[in-house]
Amino acid sequence: MTPKIPHESARKHVTGEAVYVDDMLVNNQLLIGKVVYSPHAHAKIKSFHLDVARNLPGVYAVIRYQDIPGENQMGPVVHDELCLAKDEVNCIGQAVFLIAAESEEICREAEKLIKIEYKPSEAILSIEQAIAKNNLMGPERKIETGDVDKALKKCKHKISGSLTTGAQEHWYLETQAAVCIPGEDNEMKVYSSTQHPSETQAIVAGVLGINRNDVVVEMRRMGGAFGGKETQANHVAAWSALLAKATGQPVKIRLFRDDDQIMTGKRHPYLINYKAGFDNKGKLIAVEFELNANGGMATDLSFAILERAMFHVDNAYYIPNLRVIGRVWKTNQPSNTAFRGFGGPQGMAAIETIVDRIARQLKMDAAEIRRRNFYGINDRNLTHYDQKVENNHLKMMFDRILHSSEYLKRRQDINEFNSKNEFKKKGMSLTPVKFGISFTTSFLNQAGALVNIYQDGTVLVNHGGTEMGQGLHTKIQQIAAAELGISFEKIKLTATDTSKVPNTSATAASSGTDLNGMAVKNAIDKLKSRMIPFIVDHFNEKGEIIKSQIRAIHFINDCIIDSENPARKIDFAKAVNMCYIKQVPLSATGFYRTPDIYFNREKGKGKPFHYYVFGMAVSEVLLDTLTGYHKILRTDILHDVGDSLNPAIDMGQVQGGYIQGVGWCTTEECKWDEKGNLLNHSPDTYKIPSIQDIPEDFRCSLLEDVPNPSTIRKSKAVGEPPFMLAFSAWLAVKDAISAVADHQIEPEFSIPATNEVILLSLEKLRSIKKQ
Amino acid sequence: MKINLTVNHKNYSLQINSDLLLVDLLRDHIGLTGTKKGCEIGECGACTVIMNGKTVNSCLVLAVQADGAEITTIEGVANNGDLHPVQQAFLEHDAVHCGFCTPGMVLSAINLLNHNPNPTEFEIREAIAGNLCRCTGYQQIVEAIQSAADKSK
Repeated sequence: MTPKIPHESARKHVTGEAVYVDDMLVNNQLLIGKVVYSPHAHAKIKSFHLDVARNLPGVYAVIRYQDIPGENQMGPVVHDELCLAKDEVNCIGQAVFLIAAESEEICREAEKLIKIEYKPSEAILSIEQAIAKNNLMGPERKIETGDVDKALKKCKHKISGSLTTGAQEHWYLETQAAVCIPGEDNEMKVYSSTQHPSETQAIVAGVLGINRNDVVVEMRRMGGAFGGKETQANHVAAWSALLAKATGQPVKIRLFRDDDQIMTGKRHPYLINYKAGFDNKGKLIAVEFELNANGGMATDLSFAILERAMFHVDNAYYIPNLRVIGRVWKTNQPSNTAFRGFGGPQGMAAIETIVDRIARQLKMDAAEIRRRNFYGINDRNLTHYDQKVENNHLKMMFDRILHSSEYLKRRQDINEFNSKNEFKKKGMSLTPVKFGISFTTSFLNQAGALVNIYQDGTVLVNHGGTEMGQGLHTKIQQIAAAELGISFEKIKLTATDTSKVPNTSATAASSGTDLNGMAVKNAIDKLKSRMIPFIVDHFNEKGEIIKSQIRAIHFINDCIIDSENPARKIDFAKAVNMCYIKQVPLSATGFYRTPDIYFNREKGKGKPFHYYVFGMAVSEVLLDTLTGYHKILRTDILHDVGDSLNPAIDMGQVQGGYIQGVGWCTTEECKWDEKGNLLNHSPDTYKIPSIQDIPEDFRCSLLEDVPNPSTIRKSKAVGEPPFMLAFSAWLAVKDAISAVADHQIEPEFSIPATNEVILLSLEKLRSIKKQ
Repeated sequence: MKINLTVNHKNYSLQINSDLLLVDLLRDHIGLTGTKKGCEIGECGACTVIMNGKTVNSCLVLAVQADGAEITTIEGVANNGDLHPVQQAFLEHDAVHCGFCTPGMVLSAINLLNHNPNPTEFEIREAIAGNLCRCTGYQQIVEAIQSAADKSK
């Protein structure tokens, strides 16, 4: 492997040559599409007039649901999400009409000319309101182990409480975008900024009422996605396709930032109730969780996300008696959707809150409580869904980061600082991550690839994964180069294309490299096994006494060699050309399915994950208790990526994931008014981390010498797990708040811990302290 | 109305509407799509260009305000295919993930080094405070800019 190669598009990115959907040159027939969406959370459409808008010069089409030639549907799993509203709207931002015009300006003019009369009705705008109205999205789910009620009764120490976690806007830099170009017959070519080209293809075919073999979806790169383009990129593609079909011309829709924030779903807000029992030493004995998710107006991926949340309520801790009940509630908000971590962060926030509270109650260090509860190696190693935690690095990583971060010494320094300062307080926290890798819907764990070798020895690799900045194509390029033994410059990756590799899964669940890397390897293995007999014949044709054997043929250093007779070697390009003349097929498809994973949903038991990723972080913050302003002074991270395929890329994922998590935990707050209007739908009011929010001292390292058995080149997935390292910063803020009352009183706390939440918590703490 | 401006050392004379934004002039009229539209309200910095020696958000500048101006976009940074040290450093430090913020980041960094060849880490952080990145967590970007500064010493 060549672990230090730059991102495969990096040169194009720094020179501005990289083409995103919005940058594509189409032709002068390209029309711009616009979505007219509902301004009401829940309303009947009483009347509307489209004719004036239709007659505006430069307008080519204004369409409504009755103009949809196929099915008016774009729900990815459950078909409960209309492509265009019929006579009722169920959230602000729901698409009602579509406009195609010569320019954005004309689209905006046309939109003003569309008169719609709505009759608003009562809307459900929070989990609490949905619970009060018993507005469930579907049946509740349960996973249980041990005897929780009996164990809880016996526990000497008990705590209970509830935790709210907030919505998070993806804020991919590139907003949702698609260009659709109608072709011969019914064909539609779709360029979409999508994490899931196969599903985009299915939805476009569905709304157009055509076959999937009439639709080709191509995706070269996204300007960020983070889960936000797993299902909801389908919407923009479907709308563009409908307009392209209606006008017979290419149509582009790129959402304006504010519209994107208003129309698309977010990370699911959760309301979590818990009861926990533990012993004198802080060891967890029994925990009961009740997870309530705000699903929004349609199912989208809410149940898969809930399931992952339920799988991660243990985080890194062995809990012999555990019950988790999960519910998704239907509200009049845009359908909430996938976001890095996919429910994992919500589930883990609950158990981390519990462990943090135990430490305060027992007046012990929270890191020590965590260590005591870690999953064991030989015993205490079974999760609540019966999967054994194997290759567990938790204790080893704990010891290392405790030492490298000087946790114990700094804890004393912080206590001393806090005793001397009334208004400024420091806080610190160490938190672990254990994250399961695989789609929890087992059949999705499959991938395909297509590898072509050309006569000059260059190689074109296609696979089902999509590039969103995570470096997937770079890693695949490295894998292909290593498997073929040729330099990475000889390998080119193409845009993801549904006509090259069909029926793919979304690039999601951190699984892009694991699945597609294996599929590419499978294709290359086939090609090598086809070529090798001819190479052996070639080596043996001079009639040497010691014959070359198939087993000894290796692909290395741009050559193919006989490792038992090293003098016998042939240049890779020459070998390819020779194979071509011998009529060897030099193109192969590859396939991979993750072995040995299953989950019985009825019983709540199985082995849903191929393996676990581990991580650990220590964050220290400085809090101004008069303003709530806080600053991360130092963060130490130790993260497990198995044998890293590309340490620079993995490091970027770890740092970027942590910072995005810090955003969710602290500054990123979605605020709605009483009518359901999102109040902060642009970056001047919705605050993602800027450079000023990163730790002053940021020390990140990857765990070395721990290869992962049975994955591509012994690596591990890296996309999502680091997100949850941010709990260290979140709980460091809580630790600093807690210092105001000498850690004697449990502070109120939630996600996000905005300055407002912090100030209210401080105020409450001070008033209790006075009493 | 008619404006004259220089973009990446090339002179342009264009007939435009008075409400045209500089970002749209660059992208739609001149075809320089390296300048990205991220928020269109001057918060994210994806549309950063250098205008008369200063970085501006081209979504907040009317094209007419650029009359007579000298503008550098990301396409004008490399010299006949030779990358600028900042571009090279971004490559080497994996400061490029999805790439959408990269053009703006690179231009903010170049403008910093043009005015301050030996910036402190604090000054680097100040210089890119107007450029949002959702992928990297910024650390690799800071390291890249630092290394570009060190190399040009």
